[in-house]
This record gives sequence, structure tokens and C-alpha cells, in this order.
Amino acid sequence: MTEKPAAPRTLPRHSATFDDYTLSEIRRAAATGIYDIRGGGAKRKVPHFDDLLFLGASISRYPLEGYREACGTNVVLGSRFAKKPIELKIPITIAGMSFGSLSANAKEALGRGASAMGTSTTTGDGGMTNEERGHSSLLVYQVLPSRYGMNPDDLRRADAIEVVVGQGAKPGGGGMLLGQKISERVAGMRTLPVGIDQRSACRHPDWTGPDDLEIKIEELREITDWQKPIYVKVGAARPYYDTALAVKSGADVVVIDGMQGGTAATQDVFIENVGIPTLPAVRQAVKALQDLGLHRKVQLIVSGGIRNGADVAKALALGADAVSIGTAALVAIGDNDPALEAEYQALGSTAGAYDDWQEGRDPAGITTQDPDLMARLDPVLAGRRLANYLAVLTLEAQTIARACGKSHVHNLEPEDLVALTIEAAAMAEVPLAGTNWIPGKNGGF
Amino acid sequence: MTSDPFVFDLAHQTVRDLNAALHALPPGSNETLWRVENPRGLHAIAAGVDADAAIEIGGSVGYYCAGMNKRAAITVRGNAGVGVAENIMSGRVHIKGDTSQAAGATGCGGTLLIDGNASARCGISMKGVDIVVKGSVGHMSAFMAQAGTLTVLGDAGESLGDSIYEARLYVRGAVKSLGADCIEKEMRDEHRAQLFEKLSLAGLAGEVDVSEFRRYGSARTLYHFHIDNLGNY
Repeated sequence: MTEKPAAPRTLPRHSATFDDYTLSEIRRAAATGIYDIRGGGAKRKVPHFDDLLFLGASISRYPLEGYREACGTNVVLGSRFAKKPIELKIPITIAGMSFGSLSANAKEALGRGASAMGTSTTTGDGGMTNEERGHSSLLVYQVLPSRYGMNPDDLRRADAIEVVVGQGAKPGGGGMLLGQKISERVAGMRTLPVGIDQRSACRHPDWTGPDDLEIKIEELREITDWQKPIYVKVGAARPYYDTALAVKSGADVVVIDGMQGGTAATQDVFIENVGIPTLPAVRQAVKALQDLGLHRKVQLIVSGGIRNGADVAKALALGADAVSIGTAALVAIGDNDPALEAEYQALGSTAGAYDDWQEGRDPAGITTQDPDLMARLDPVLAGRRLANYLAVLTLEAQTIARACGKSHVHNLEPEDLVALTIEAAAMAEVPLAGTNWIPGKNGGF
Repeated sequence: MTSDPFVFDLAHQTVRDLNAALHALPPGSNETLWRVENPRGLHAIAAGVDADAAIEIGGSVGYYCAGMNKRAAITVRGNAGVGVAENIMSGRVHIKGDTSQAAGATGCGGTLLIDGNASARCGISMKGVDIVVKGSVGHMSAFMAQAGTLTVLGDAGESLGDSIYEARLYVRGAVKSLGADCIEKEMRDEHRAQLFEKLSLAGLAGEVDVSEFRRYGSARTLYHFHIDNLGNY
């Protein structure tokens, strides 16, 4: 008797909606009763600078010779009102990251690398350290809702001031530094007990709305005798209106941070679901400045997912004056290095995906206050790595600018760009490649 | 014998001129007595002073008067707008009238004395300043207050001391409600002594009975996130 063949069966099929990561998060939530907290920015795929291409020179466009014909990269910030605007040699700055979220060695490395390349670093939600000031030739001092460590002496010894309204990873959210990272020194700088969870406020304590902000900026200018450039940083949510309101409030510089921008720690649900990507944010912010007749007069810094010189060039071509990097700078100094894979695995992660920066157990010695871990990071070597990386970003941006015939990276323009996707074309307001179609702008192909 | 004050008339001179002059005072300057006339509600008057000067302002001021003050003794003979003495580091700021919101916000040291009432969020995120209010304070006062003292001779509005850290609150009158993690605490001898000292700073030593005050501070249940505290978040 022959056996009846088994009926064909379909392969086990995973749900696209309930994918492995989603299932693991449901199980984690059910086991712990608390939301997932992590560092970094949005990990979901969103329209980004990868979706744009440069056209380069052709018969109607004249290129510049690489390595021979000059292509400027300097940028002046704060020329609107400040008596002492700052000049960066490259259009790439280091974003605000606090001492507390980062180790002292990491902050020193950022300062060393940025200073070597003639650009600025930025403090963060924890005040200014002497090491940071000492190693940063240009230092931007953040005024945050928490006002941790805020004092007029540091305002005056800063090179610029940044009023932080929000950041791209969490527009509308405050800061969070869990107890593991509140060492005695960090606690002292923040006037808090050692070891407690520290929640920074999401709203400024002494102003509400653009009319108040204008007066607040006036006070900061008075305290610093109108010498320092004043930036206003916002998380990308309504960049057209936020840029216009920041300008109305008297900002010298507007900083727009897209949702790919990192944070030291916040809820994953916040990072992935609040705010908009960097790509549409740039265009809207530039439009606001153009409508006010202040494009290039009020400078625009864009951050959130800048990784290479092409990203830099694309942000500038869309109208930014400079970009700011955070996550990429941390990677450059050693964050998520595959050489530490065994240690990342011991922490339940893997190199390239480690984002539990809030726990203070970073084997790279960057997002920690543990003295032994911190000692692993050589600030001189790490600073050199950052300087190398910044040099590459600059060279790459120059390469693209020369190919487009530009003698300064600021001469890049939207007309140099096309989009690979309809979404990117709509967001960046550049034509879909091979067409003259900008969704929402004209009807032709 | 006292010297004549330097008089700044803001009807004819600017706040910029005033602050520039105050900021230019060299250490040990003999120009210690200043009088500001016609403040007319202007903003940022005497902001960022770092000098052993006595500055008397002859009327009401706008936002951020005496902001980030260091060492100076600043008196306002009128009312003060939002954020008076915000982030004060040291010295003394005395408001003869009422103050708007966020008086003494994030103050790190020194003394802020308010003869009248203070509006909402008095002492918000305070980090070491001593604030004495002879009248009452509005809602959300001492929100996220980290260190220092807030002494209120009158009443306190809703949600006093919400999310408070280690600041101490002394209130003589009624408290409409306490904010998250703020509780009434025992008034021991050390607290009565501290309160007497703060009242003395305000020139009220012996005029007010410290036993009439109640003390409020942190229950410290929100210092570490715990799911069982969800109702407080």
C-alpha cells in the first residue's frame, strides 16, 4: 500500500505588520510595564538626502578643477545682530551633547577634533565644563529649559548662545538622564542629588511663546553686551512657522533638527513617531527665510542624519548655511565600533545597533560616567579621528560643489538637484529625475 | 556721609547704555550707588550685573529685571514683570510691589524679597536662591524646585511644589493644593531656625512667628521611575 502524499503546505509567513521587532517590543512591554527608552534618532526609513542626486556640470555648466581651483567652505554665523559673529572654516559644526550624557573624555575629544578643523562644538543640558571650554576654540553655550549649570560667567565666555526650544528626536519633549549616569560631578553641576533620575523640563521656565522669547533674547543680549551670536534651535515639526517665529524673536541663527537627529535618551515611541524628517524641514525653513527676505542674513544650520559630504552638500544646496552633526561625530570617535562586538553582545545588543546610552555602560567610554569605561577613550586619538572625519566631509562636499561649477559650497543651489522619488521631490521641491515635475508645483513631465 | 548716586534717566537714556555702564564697573569701583529713574516697564533693566553696587529703580519694570544678578543689591520701587531676578546667582533683589510670573526662576543663590504678591511659577526650577514673598504666590510655584527656600507669608495657589526636588517651602497661609510628589513635612527646630534666618534676611526677624508656618518638600517618590507611580505622571 502506497502512502498518501502529504498535502502541500504554505511556508510559515511572518506578518509585515507584526514583524519580529514589533513582537519583541510587545513582549518586552508586557514583561516590564514601562516604555522603551533609548538614545539616538529615528531608525525607521524616511525620505532623506539619499533620495536626491546632483546633476553636475555638462555643456551648459562649467565645472571647477578638483584640488586646484578654490572652493570655499567658510561660514559666518551671527552677522544679523551680534557684535562678534563667529566664522567657521568648514560648514559643519558639532551639535549640543551634554557632559553627563557624554563622558568628559568624549567632550574633550569633540572639542579637540572640531578645533583642529576650525569649527565649533556645543555644550548641552548640563552646563559648561572647563575642559570643554579649554579644548573648544569655538564653543556654543546652550540655554535649555532645565538651566542646569546656567550662569552669566559661562554665557560671557561662550562664543555663541543657543536657545534650545526642542530637538528633532523629540520635539515637545524634555531631557532625561537616568540615575546611573548622575555621578557626583554631574549632580553637582545640575544641583541635584546623586543617583536620581533626572527629568529636564520640556518648557522654558521664564518664557512662553514668541513674544516672550523675543524679550528673553533681548535679556541674553543685554547680559552679554550684544556681542554673542544667538541661535534658536527647534526640532523639526512646523519648520516654516518656527523659523519665521525664531527670526521674529531676534535670532541671529536658526537651527533646525530633523527626526533622525539623536538624543541622549528618550522614549522610543517619541523618537520614531514625533517630528518630521530633515529633508522637508530644510526646504520649509529656507522658504521662511526667503519669504522674510533674510535668507543668508539669518543663517540656517541643519542637523539630523548628516553622514557624509554628499549630505552636507545637499543640505547647503537646499539653502542651509551649515550643518551640525552629533551621532556621526560619536561614531567617528568610536561609538558602536565592531571591535567591541563581544561587549555589545554582552549588553544584549550588537555593534551598530547599541543605543542604550542612558544606562551608562557604553564599552566605548563615550556615553558613560563610569571612570573605568571612560578611561578607555583616548581624547587625543579620538579627537584626531573626528578631525579626519570632518576633513573628509568637507572634501566630499567640495568635490561635489566643484563638479557643479561652484567656487564656494554656499553657491550650490536647488537647481543642482533632482530627486529619485516622488516623495523626496515633493519634500525638497526639486524635480523628479529626468522630468521637470515637482509634485504640487507644476503639472508637466 | 553717603555719596550722591549715579542717576540714569531711562526717559532720555537707553537700557543698553545703563547695562553697559553697570557691566563696565571695575572691581572695587567707588561707583557703588546708582539710581534709575523712569523705568517705564522696560525690559532687562540691570540684567547681568556683577558688581558690589546698590541700584535703586524708581518705578515698575518689565521682564527679566536683575536677571542673573551677581553681588548687586537691586531695589525696585514698583512692580516687576516676568522673570524678575531669573537665575540670580548672588546679591539681593527687593521688589516693593507685586511680581509677575516666574519670579526668581532657576535662581542659584542670593535673596529675592517681594513685598507684594508673586504670580504663577514663583521660584520655578530654583537652584539655591532664597525667596521671601510677603504676600501670596500663584499656581505652580516652586515647580521642579531643586534647592533653596521659598517662604510665603500669605497663601499659595494650586500645585505648590509640583515635582519638587530638595528645595524647602515655608508657607504661613493656606495652600490650595500640593503638586505631584510634594508633601507637608514636619517642622523641626532646624527648620524653624532656617526659616528665622530667611525671615531675617527679609528684615522680618521677630516680626513674624515662625511657628505659624508649615513646611513642604519632596516625598522623593518620583526620584526613580516606577510603574506603580503611574498615576502621578
